[in-house]
Amino acid sequence: MKKLIDFQLVDKQSFQRAALLRLRCDEPLPEIRGGQFANVRVDGCDKAYLRRPISIHDVDYQSNTLDLLIQEKHEGTKKLCALPVGAKVNVVLPLGNGFTMPEKDDNILLVGGGIGIAPLLYFAKKCNYLQNINFLLGGRTQGDLMLLERFRNEGDVFITTNDGSMGEEGFVTDHSLWKTMKINKIYACGPMPMMKAVAKKAREMGIWCEVSLENQMACGIGACLCCVENTKEGNVCVCKEGPVFNIERLLW
Amino acid sequence: MVKTEIKLKGLTLKNPVMTASGTFGYGEEYADFVDLSKLGGIIVKGTTLHHREGNPYPRMAETPMGMLNCVGLQNKGVDYFIETIYPRIRNFETNVLVNVSGSNIDDYVTAAAKIDALEDIPAIELNVSCPNVKQGGMAFGVTCSGIEQVVKAVREVYHKHLMVKLSPNVTNIAEIALAAEAAGADSVSLINTLLGMAIDAETRKPVLSMVTGGLSGACVKPVALRMVWQVSKAVKIPVIGLGGISSATDAIEFMLAGASAIQIGTANFIDPAISAKVAKGIVEYCERQGVEDVNELIGGMII
Repeated sequence: MKKLIDFQLVDKQSFQRAALLRLRCDEPLPEIRGGQFANVRVDGCDKAYLRRPISIHDVDYQSNTLDLLIQEKHEGTKKLCALPVGAKVNVVLPLGNGFTMPEKDDNILLVGGGIGIAPLLYFAKKCNYLQNINFLLGGRTQGDLMLLERFRNEGDVFITTNDGSMGEEGFVTDHSLWKTMKINKIYACGPMPMMKAVAKKAREMGIWCEVSLENQMACGIGACLCCVENTKEGNVCVCKEGPVFNIERLLW
Repeated sequence: MVKTEIKLKGLTLKNPVMTASGTFGYGEEYADFVDLSKLGGIIVKGTTLHHREGNPYPRMAETPMGMLNCVGLQNKGVDYFIETIYPRIRNFETNVLVNVSGSNIDDYVTAAAKIDALEDIPAIELNVSCPNVKQGGMAFGVTCSGIEQVVKAVREVYHKHLMVKLSPNVTNIAEIALAAEAAGADSVSLINTLLGMAIDAETRKPVLSMVTGGLSGACVKPVALRMVWQVSKAVKIPVIGLGGISSATDAIEFMLAGASAIQIGTANFIDPAISAKVAKGIVEYCERQGVEDVNELIGGMII
């Protein structure tokens, strides 16, 4: 069930152009799937009239806390990243479909680019019945890759940066692991060009692949039809039927 | 106990709050947030005779205190509505109205006649004001002769409450409203979105796929309020007010300007529970002001 909840910002960690917000509420959190998102109201910002859809980075049901990793992109997300500890944050969650859970014997690769790494952590935690989880995380530079220790706690982490400041130099699709690693499922979230490159790679290698899209949304619940992706079945709402799509449904 | 019932011709609302077409899906999308039985009515998505894919993405641009959209009436057509959606929503404990749109008179008439046959749909809202479809839509709603033609034709086949949704993109909205009234409308709802546009200065490209789109949200409220006032002075049929309503106070302002009922639109996106909150807030206002019946508010502005 979707809920409209007033959270309190209880902790915050700031990065170069992003922030990790820890939100706590009094009521029990609804069950959240990996890859689902929250729609966060931005208060006191006249340039952000609509809510901001933000991936769910982590959840702790014991303490009713939610971690959101937010990139400062425009006025609205800047305002959210600048919120002081103690602030009230109004959130609609959980929204969207989430990633398809893997089978027990699957070998999965979670590919994240930039802030697209955010949903992969909670999804990986949901996949804790697997023997091993591999993350392939890419950024333009070292500073884009945040909270790596959190990912390392959940699996093996491989890194690329465009400038070579960390991990292998290049894009995620350039990483050497593609030549050696045996994987049968790819889950990707990141900028559109990255996801398109990953989808292309998956097709070439004949690997099952899901990507998480971030088309611009207004309502977040399938009512306004603004965030549509043109798929093989026509225009469908990314907020409701996505944000996760198997690449076979997409036209790219 | 404040009396909240609003009686329109053939349509009784338990309170003046409805939700605007295109902002509330089919009601189901909001069922986790709003007890639909607390609303006077819901108006479901614009429905056309045939399936429409709508316009390409991007369809939305955020603006200060509002948004532009160019969705373009994406829907699966009236037959799909009747077969698949209607059975799921017909027993909602509120009035379910269907917004009907078309690109030619025959399409309007055929779709309206099909909906006329649905027992649990007490009214349609005729959309002659969508700014996002090339043919028809707003074209009918911006001239007196156009609106007369389409309303007259639909009136002949539609026997329940016929609400006509007006475009604000006209020189004199009162004249258009009078034409709708003369052609047989039972009420008029206004305003649909205001035609606008947005440009990305960096790329020099339009933000919306169709270049222009319809502006909605809190920013349009003063324009909508003025038009509701002008139209309610001109026509005898009830006026349904909408345009940027985001709170009970906003809703009351529209009623004071002459609206018999109101619709909540874009505000549903920001607070999915807002519609029921507005209904409750109207009662609280009446209690505070010693108003026994919300009908007393209609046209109650003191000049």
